[in-house]
Amino acid sequence: MYGYEFYVDPSRCIGCQACMKACEECETHRGHSMINFDFIDRKETIGTAAYVCWHCDDPTCAEVCPADAIKKGEDGIVHASLKPRCIGCSNCVLACPFGIPKIIPEYDQMLKCDMCYDRTSEGKRPMCATVCPSQALAYVRPEEIAKRREKPTNIFQFGNQRVTTKVFMMVPPEQDSVSIDVVDYMWEERNEPVAEAQSGTAVAR
Amino acid sequence: MAKPAAPIQELTRQYGPHLNYAPAGGWRAESTHPYSLVKTHCCFCGQQCGIQLKVRENQVVGFEPWEEFPFNRGMLCPKGVKRYLQNNHPDRLLDPLLRSEQGFRKATWDEALDFTARRLGEIQERYGKDAVAVYGGASLSTEKSYLVGKFARVALGTRHVDYNGRLCMVSAGHAYKPAFGVDRSPLPWSDIPKAQVLLIIGANIGDCAPITTDYVWRCRDNGGKLIVADPRITPISRNADLYLPVRPGTDLALLMGLLHVVLRDGLEDRQFISEHTSGFEAAAEAVQPYNPQQVAEMTGVPPQSIEKAAHWFAEAERAIALHAKGIEHQSKGTENCAAVINLCLATGNIGREGAGCAMITGQGNGQGGREHGQKCDQLPGQRSIDDPEARRHVANVWGIPVEQMPQKGLTAVEIMEAIHRGEIKGLLSLCFNPLVSLPDATFTREALEKVEFFGVIDFFLSETAQFADVVLAGSLHEEEEGLGCTAEGRVIHIRKAVDPPPNARQDCNILCDLARRLGKGRYFPYASTAEILDELREASRGGIADYYGITYDKVDRQMGVFWPCPSLDHPGTPRLMEEGRSFHPDGKCRFTLTRWRESGDPVDADFPVYLTTGRVVSQYLSGTQTRRIGELVDQYPDPRVEIHPRLAAAHEIKQDDWVTVTTRRSEVTLQAMVVKTIRPDTVFIPYHWPGERSANRLTHRTLDPHSRIPEYKVSACRLRRAASPPQWWSERGANGDRISSTPAIAIIKERR
Repeated sequence: MYGYEFYVDPSRCIGCQACMKACEECETHRGHSMINFDFIDRKETIGTAAYVCWHCDDPTCAEVCPADAIKKGEDGIVHASLKPRCIGCSNCVLACPFGIPKIIPEYDQMLKCDMCYDRTSEGKRPMCATVCPSQALAYVRPEEIAKRREKPTNIFQFGNQRVTTKVFMMVPPEQDSVSIDVVDYMWEERNEPVAEAQSGTAVAR
Repeated sequence: MAKPAAPIQELTRQYGPHLNYAPAGGWRAESTHPYSLVKTHCCFCGQQCGIQLKVRENQVVGFEPWEEFPFNRGMLCPKGVKRYLQNNHPDRLLDPLLRSEQGFRKATWDEALDFTARRLGEIQERYGKDAVAVYGGASLSTEKSYLVGKFARVALGTRHVDYNGRLCMVSAGHAYKPAFGVDRSPLPWSDIPKAQVLLIIGANIGDCAPITTDYVWRCRDNGGKLIVADPRITPISRNADLYLPVRPGTDLALLMGLLHVVLRDGLEDRQFISEHTSGFEAAAEAVQPYNPQQVAEMTGVPPQSIEKAAHWFAEAERAIALHAKGIEHQSKGTENCAAVINLCLATGNIGREGAGCAMITGQGNGQGGREHGQKCDQLPGQRSIDDPEARRHVANVWGIPVEQMPQKGLTAVEIMEAIHRGEIKGLLSLCFNPLVSLPDATFTREALEKVEFFGVIDFFLSETAQFADVVLAGSLHEEEEGLGCTAEGRVIHIRKAVDPPPNARQDCNILCDLARRLGKGRYFPYASTAEILDELREASRGGIADYYGITYDKVDRQMGVFWPCPSLDHPGTPRLMEEGRSFHPDGKCRFTLTRWRESGDPVDADFPVYLTTGRVVSQYLSGTQTRRIGELVDQYPDPRVEIHPRLAAAHEIKQDDWVTVTTRRSEVTLQAMVVKTIRPDTVFIPYHWPGERSANRLTHRTLDPHSRIPEYKVSACRLRRAASPPQWWSERGANGDRISSTPAIAIIKERR
């Protein structure tokens, strides 16, 4: 859908799993959810996180695919594997820095979130973001997301790998990227291109 | 009558709960077939979100979000997403059933209805009119709720009609009606994001009213501060700007403490109090002893937090207090709600955009279901049954002499107690599963074993219906047209999406057929639901909940109509008490004098731990519907005991250990869920399950003296680690209520 973007904000997630239930109802993979959902650590916190494929600008999954089965469209959507090409080798599953792709044994194929391509190409919003009752998953215009407390970023730092994505993560306003490596916060690393993050902590609570 | 019609295991094998995982035709059939979309609503809580059901060949096969509906704008919780799987379910009752020597047998409608009417008649002949009681349900449409009240009072002539909303919202109603002259949330939900401070007390919004979360988060986006009071850190508490870890059953002290600080520091709205309220002085005097130190000792909330919360709430230009079952399910539930209202009145927070108080009604049609006469103390239009003028008006609409209008009857729990005492001999119930939902389930079971005649109208065989003499196969939410009213007071249109199965019937038809057999057919001449609505509009006309100006067409055009709506050209009333004017004749809002009382089941040396009960997001009430939907069961298959690591360690309990929880009534053995998100003096058990897993075996029958709501949220218990898993766990394999590997479609084929 032109002018709409996908935003993920784990701090809003209430753990209800409506996204997973709704994802299964999607025409292309009925009965299988493509949502990644976690209880962060149920003993310590009520915190939960639901997220979709981040649709990387340079998708690692496609780069490591020996069968060239993973394609990215001009609109930035990284698609599930092409059935005739996928050999079910799991390279993508192991390589994805976000842990998104899944091998579905029933189909002997990798499936993943394609941001409800069948819906968005017809002017409908993705199923998960439409139903999400806390709007932790949101598919809205940028001016709508600008009203929130948090701020969107699409820059992720995994050690030396810098990943930019189509999907945005909501982070505290003073933060510019998501980083999980302590190196990115160290003074002596400041001259490296990896030192995007000035302060703050990982956003997932 | 006496025992269940057959051994429970056998009834479960035949009638479930079985688990439906996939739509009719299976997952793969969907995309190749055309379907139509019916705009209607979810049936699984008081939010009643808009949803579009996908319908093909008289079957509901899926859903589409309904993004234009303004309340939820397409959003749904997991219950809403999987709601469609209750349709075409293998457990659906397809024919009327009569008790026989070998369990239930299929009967013809004439046979079943004749039998029901004859038995009700015999009991009333022998023991008097009031020896029969009627139970209704708050998940019924507003027209059905209206009809239940009229059926009981006109067709049976009994005064004992009450409904399961008695277990839900009545404490709020009994506080709001004296304070404001009306029992409805005074504000539309669109006010929530506009508040500068939100106080949420006793409301687990994330699990029980998930869609409201978005309103709360948007309030924070706008700079609003969030205060949450709850014994547990619930999903919304983790984003609270201030969290108040209130001890179960002490909310009243906390609320009085907040008002104490407001008055001590001169933060009250003097002008509002003098112009728009009465009774302030007495309420103010009552909170005098509740200083923060005293309240901290009673509630476990730090004095500084009490000070801060009071200042935030009172100093904001616009503040909203939201509350739900956490404060209502107490023997002082009415006072709790009144204390919320007092706080709002003292700070001038009522009748303005972004300011006020609101109850979050929990049941499907929890609001609409209580407005038009299935409550023992009310007639249509939220009229009091004690009011001579109201009695005359309704008797006139019904065409009966006013002397024949029964007086106020017993409430839901009291009806079961009267059955137990042998005073009520016959019971007709629809849409109510008291064996799971009433407190002290052992007592409920004993009562059911005593009742001489028990008739049930329902679409699944609930645990309570297993005791029935006759079960009349009724209709699902999507099989009958009607109105509902949401938590915010918006009247909505429930559209009929499909017909009931060939030999099941619409609930309204069943009640009218029974009325005919009871010789009262002329009072029930309706040819359609629309005709019932027309009569309801007249019956409510001039009352508090005035529906006279509400039609299906208008509801469709306006995407809902907020009542009161007294004339056809009236747009409806989204916000009540505008400019501080209440529904009382003098227009004043009234403070209520609140007094502290101990819980009806106090903790002591033998039972030193608080037990509180509630819901999980994937289940709804007694689970009659949601325990039959596969993925909702998988998400939270069995109740667990939430317990803090400190309390767990004191009892040598580890994660997943079996724990026996004992109260003064009974005990249950469930698995431990060791979490730091609950007070260490409290355990929590969700209540959606029957039998050995039933939290309501543990709860007690102490009622609030005003609202007659049971005190589900406060019991005293003790814990011990169980040496081995309980019986129900070991019998799992033979039990039908388990994860089914048989695809639902195969089960359907087998049964047809």
